Amino acid sequence: MAATATTPGAPTSRLGKAATEFDDRLIVAGPVRRTLNKVFPDHWSFLLGEIALYAFLIALLSGTYLTFFFDASMVEVEYEGEYDPLRGTEMSAAYASALDLSFDVRGGLFMRQMHHWAALLFVAAIVVHLVRIFFTGAFRRPRESNWLIGVVMLVLSLLMGVTGYTLPDDLLSGTGLRIISAILLSIPVIGTWAHFAVFNGDFVGTEIIGRFYIAHVLIFPAILLALIAVHLLILVKQKHTQFPGPGRTEHNVVGNRLFPTFAGKATGLLLVVFGVIAGLAGLVQINPIWLWGPYNPAQVSAASQPDWYIGFLDGSTRIFPAWDINLPGDYTIPALFWPTVVVAGAMFTVLALYPMIERKLTGDTASHHLLQRPRDVPVRTSLGMMALTFYFWLMVAGGNDVIADKFDISLNAMTWVGRIGVIVLPPIVYVITYRICLGLQQHDREVLEHGIETGIIRRLPSGEFIEVHQPLGPVDEHGHGQLAYGGAPVPKKMNQVGGARRAIRGFFTPIEQPSAVELEQQGEGRGLSAAEGSRELTSSGRPSDGGRPSDGGRPQDTRD
Amino acid sequence: MSTTNPHSDALPADAGTPGDRARARRRSKQRRRVANVAGLMASLVLTGALYSVFAPAQAADDTTTESAAEAAGRELYENSCITCHGSNLEGEPNRGPSLIGVGEAAVYFQVHTGRMPLVRQEADAPDKPAVFSDQEIDQLMAYIQANGGGPTLPSGNLRDGDLAQGGELFRLNCASCHNFVGEGGALSSGKAAPSLADSNDLEIYTAMLSGPENMPVFGDNQLTPEEKRSIINYIQTIQQQADPGGAGVGRIGPVAEGLVIWVVGVGVLMFGIFWMGSKA
Repeated sequence: MAATATTPGAPTSRLGKAATEFDDRLIVAGPVRRTLNKVFPDHWSFLLGEIALYAFLIALLSGTYLTFFFDASMVEVEYEGEYDPLRGTEMSAAYASALDLSFDVRGGLFMRQMHHWAALLFVAAIVVHLVRIFFTGAFRRPRESNWLIGVVMLVLSLLMGVTGYTLPDDLLSGTGLRIISAILLSIPVIGTWAHFAVFNGDFVGTEIIGRFYIAHVLIFPAILLALIAVHLLILVKQKHTQFPGPGRTEHNVVGNRLFPTFAGKATGLLLVVFGVIAGLAGLVQINPIWLWGPYNPAQVSAASQPDWYIGFLDGSTRIFPAWDINLPGDYTIPALFWPTVVVAGAMFTVLALYPMIERKLTGDTASHHLLQRPRDVPVRTSLGMMALTFYFWLMVAGGNDVIADKFDISLNAMTWVGRIGVIVLPPIVYVITYRICLGLQQHDREVLEHGIETGIIRRLPSGEFIEVHQPLGPVDEHGHGQLAYGGAPVPKKMNQVGGARRAIRGFFTPIEQPSAVELEQQGEGRGLSAAEGSRELTSSGRPSDGGRPSDGGRPQDTRD
Repeated sequence: MSTTNPHSDALPADAGTPGDRARARRRSKQRRRVANVAGLMASLVLTGALYSVFAPAQAADDTTTESAAEAAGRELYENSCITCHGSNLEGEPNRGPSLIGVGEAAVYFQVHTGRMPLVRQEADAPDKPAVFSDQEIDQLMAYIQANGGGPTLPSGNLRDGDLAQGGELFRLNCASCHNFVGEGGALSSGKAAPSLADSNDLEIYTAMLSGPENMPVFGDNQLTPEEKRSIINYIQTIQQQADPGGAGVGRIGPVAEGLVIWVVGVGVLMFGIFWMGSKA
């Protein structure tokens, strides 16, 4: 050892040496160091997409377990399993194996429920993530491509959901399949052939479960995985957006390094997502296929609904008038075509193209890495709220029979609530959102100009009552603040600028010694009552020195 | 029917003076009249007597004697039902249907589930706590059955049927309105198929038999008594069955599940990321 000269800084530990050997061969130290040092912004809303990622991961793993036992075959069998009320019933092998999964496979029901809850959460998290991206303008140049990939992934996740919903071949899923078949048939010109291509003949045929199975477990997940990889790589390459704030510019990213802080948080979130899904899977029953019964085209149940993410299309179908267009020569465009193919097509096209549309309308082609607060872009925010209202109202209409039944409302009334609401509510929401955005903007500027309302009312020697305002920065001779709005949240309560002194840290329980913090606070001299008497009252009642609000002549200690 | 001819001995054959003849004619007219009346009376009595011999004994009871239960039922009917169903069960236009032929099965279902007496006219009659006691329902059933006739109550074990077949029949005949698991569902114009959760066997059976409100009648030639018992067996088995997957969330499928994932799933996770991430 002593004889051989070692490079300065060479590792001496066993692990270090092993890592050196490893790096000598693969030369990964540079990229790994860069990756581990990558900085992620810390805002909570940046974790929404991660929830979707983890939900997808859990769906992938639980789904793999299900494939060990599921038999995607439409061969008629007689059920001889554990569930008594169906024993002896004729059903497809797919349904029988799904029943066996639920009752005869160890842990099978739990895994099925976990898979289904994870799928519902996956789409929900995608939607929430998309809403965040939209309202903060994170889709703007240079991130249009990632927005587009995101929309494609959303559509793929819906297709995943639809095919997965169909697989168990129970009465509910078969009803959904019948609707899919009808939607395909409703497409003008190519409808019949499209249907033949998908079903290999008439409804229901003998192929469809097997085909949907391959689409569900191989084709869609493979595309999704590839797109997720591209989505994340683009994200890493383009770096995160961030909210404007102190020290944050268009050219930096302020946050935590991947290792250890962000990695720790991400692992924690993965476990939280897993915990929520596993908790739901163990505690709340989802899709009890044994209650639905085997699919039989002659049967249909009241309250047959798709999973929530297809609810908007069910709703649009429910409220659309029965306007068949009969063309000469025995051609018909069925009414079903409009609320399904056209509405869904239009919605997703507009969604996918929104970045381009906005770029065109605003003429803003610059690159943006700082996010916008929704209030600062009232038109986009209002458009978004309008679209969400439209979507939400269609979803409500999709459950209109359940609502009618549970709340004792006429189903006909619910249908008209859906029809009128879907037209009237979005514009109303637009106007309200726009006004709220302007109001919030105005209030931000008002606080920047006049300061925070302290809630302290003073009576001047002249008899006039004023409320003392705390300016946020230097003021001019009229007492008006000179800070410009920077796109970041403006503190509006004295607590946020230390009026109630520093808060004791800790989310659930204090992680600091309250008594120590109190001592520190007293030494700091922050807050309203600090340095009383060292300031003069100006004629306007506002402090002239840009410091703390004055005590108006007499110390009236309202705090502590 | 008639055995006597009133004219056979009423014809005077003697002749005499015209006055005699006239008197005799008057007298014979008088006699003829009396004889006619007597003969009519006799034939009516005989008809009645013969009818009472040959006619069904029940029908005779109908008007003459009424059992105590029927009498009590009549009193209940006249107090609570007569306004809409009429004094002879014939029904009243725009108020209530005729009860002739509905039988005690309909009475049992309507009164035992509290649908009748109706509180007000609306889209359909909601069930509510029964107004009449079991004994009063028996009396009403006796009265309606005696005066209108119709399907009667079944007897024996009403769950005595094949479970799997019951399920198949339930999905084919009942699920389109009452939902897969009998949760009920909305119909048009404020009408609804009720939940079967609190229904007893006899209520389900009599509902199939009588077809209340919007429900079709499932007579014994559509669903045999054995098939009805199978269906009841399936409904009650499903109702009593625990949910192996956890909380059933109403067993109404995707609508409730969607609500759970948004409120519970997304709700909890939002709290989680609020905890983990920074707020500004």
